[in-house]
Amino acid sequence: MLNPQKIRKDFPILRRRINNYPLIYFDNAATTQKPKQVIAAIEGFYENHNANVHRAVHTLSQEASELYENAHEEVANFISANDMEEIIFVRGTTEAINLVAYAWGLRNLKSDDEVIVSLMEHHSNIVPWELLSKIGKFKIKYVNVNNDGTFNYEDFENKISKKTKIVCVSHVSNVSGVVNNVKTLAEVTHEHGALILVDGAQSVPHLPVNVKDSDVDFLAFSGHKMLGPTGIGVLYGKHEILEMMEPFQGGGEMIREVSFNSKLQRCSITWNDLPWKFEAGTPNIAGGIGLMEAVKYLRRIGMENIKRHECVLTEYAMQHLQKLPKAKIYGPREASAKCGIIPFGIGGLGSHDIALFLDNYGVMVRSGFHCAQPLHQIFKLQSSVRVSFYIYNIREEIDRFIEALKEIEQI
Amino acid sequence: MPAVDDYVARIEGTCGKEKDVIVIFKYGKKNEAIARILKKAKTKKSISGIIFEMTFKNFSFRVYSSGKAIFRSIKDKGELQALLFELLF
Ligand SMILES: Cc1ncc(COP(=O)(O)O)c(C=O)c1O
Repeated sequence: MLNPQKIRKDFPILRRRINNYPLIYFDNAATTQKPKQVIAAIEGFYENHNANVHRAVHTLSQEASELYENAHEEVANFISANDMEEIIFVRGTTEAINLVAYAWGLRNLKSDDEVIVSLMEHHSNIVPWELLSKIGKFKIKYVNVNNDGTFNYEDFENKISKKTKIVCVSHVSNVSGVVNNVKTLAEVTHEHGALILVDGAQSVPHLPVNVKDSDVDFLAFSGHKMLGPTGIGVLYGKHEILEMMEPFQGGGEMIREVSFNSKLQRCSITWNDLPWKFEAGTPNIAGGIGLMEAVKYLRRIGMENIKRHECVLTEYAMQHLQKLPKAKIYGPREASAKCGIIPFGIGGLGSHDIALFLDNYGVMVRSGFHCAQPLHQIFKLQSSVRVSFYIYNIREEIDRFIEALKEIEQI
Repeated sequence: MPAVDDYVARIEGTCGKEKDVIVIFKYGKKNEAIARILKKAKTKKSISGIIFEMTFKNFSFRVYSSGKAIFRSIKDKGELQALLFELLF
């Protein structure tokens, strides 16, 4: 069982008051707060071990390298990857997807090929493919979303074909919280000889994710959405696929050898081992160490417990939201179909109005498009308000949020 | 020379067709800015002393006691600057 009251003590920011009200942080899908253990790990690194990694034989560099490698190991265990060679540290989900698009897509997608993208994607899983299609001339096929925001599996089966080379889909929608069955999607994708890239930005922090079981080829996620610092994220890739790929960026760290041939006036280069082949330049070492601490924290609580806690909160909040005469919840009504996220609106009020009103009561929610404009078009919405929960949220906070909404309903 | 920037910290355009513009007043100046606006514009409605629904000339907007305001259907930056200047000075 998860004990949110005990957990809350680990989050210094939750002691803050905003406009004289205790902070209620319901914008966890955007980024999560950081426990003192993560903050201490970053501070501890800079205070005791700071050095560049893989560059020197001195003690500090050895310590920093070991910590940074341990961070890869910890993440590998967390998502049940084979080993740390399958774990590439990047800036976040966005960079992870761009890495696949440019390092894999640029070389493998030809003019007759097709890429499947779902319409529930965050812009970060749409824009890189649109950009790349201008170079590669491949075709993008968009899979529809049902009116309630769920993935349209029938449309997916109609659109996938032997021409499909990669399927790009989120595990959990950042707008509606809908959970997609990525195991089934991977099965169908592989039957057609294609690869599947899963955007796990909203799933890895909230559910147990096992890449061996779901058999996805790539999984992208962000550290800052799972208690870790900003500027660090992960691309998981199957070993054999990463081995076949050329690097994304060039520079130090990602090469084993660069030798100059004076006759040819060229340098010949051999790549470093995985995962370093994809981590050019000095990496975000402190960020990686912070992420390791975040993963340890989540594992101590247990991902099943986290999932259950968020589900209970979602159900509780939906029950109370549904009782408000002017409130309308978008997406599926059953909390079991989703993961800790509720998009809603109130009467004719703009989403920013609602968010600013709640801000007065110290309640932080997101308003707007949440970087997923196509899904809002499907919902026929200009924008929405989104509440998203995490391990430190409690029922009493939802009660205060609902009380504030009752007041705004008077407008 | 009085300037809108004396009071305004940031202006954020919201995306989409709504074309709302959110004006965020400087923390130390927000109370003064709100007081000036409340004096100049007409209050149509006030909710819990938190939101003030206001009109000024042909513009309708909402002012929040936390120091923010949302303006509707603003054509461009120039129009907003001129409107804010009239409201604040
Ligand atoms: C589903 C989803 N994908 C991708 C991203 C982009 O993540 P980042 O900005 O950390 O790269 C987000 C962030 O909100 C997201 O929710």
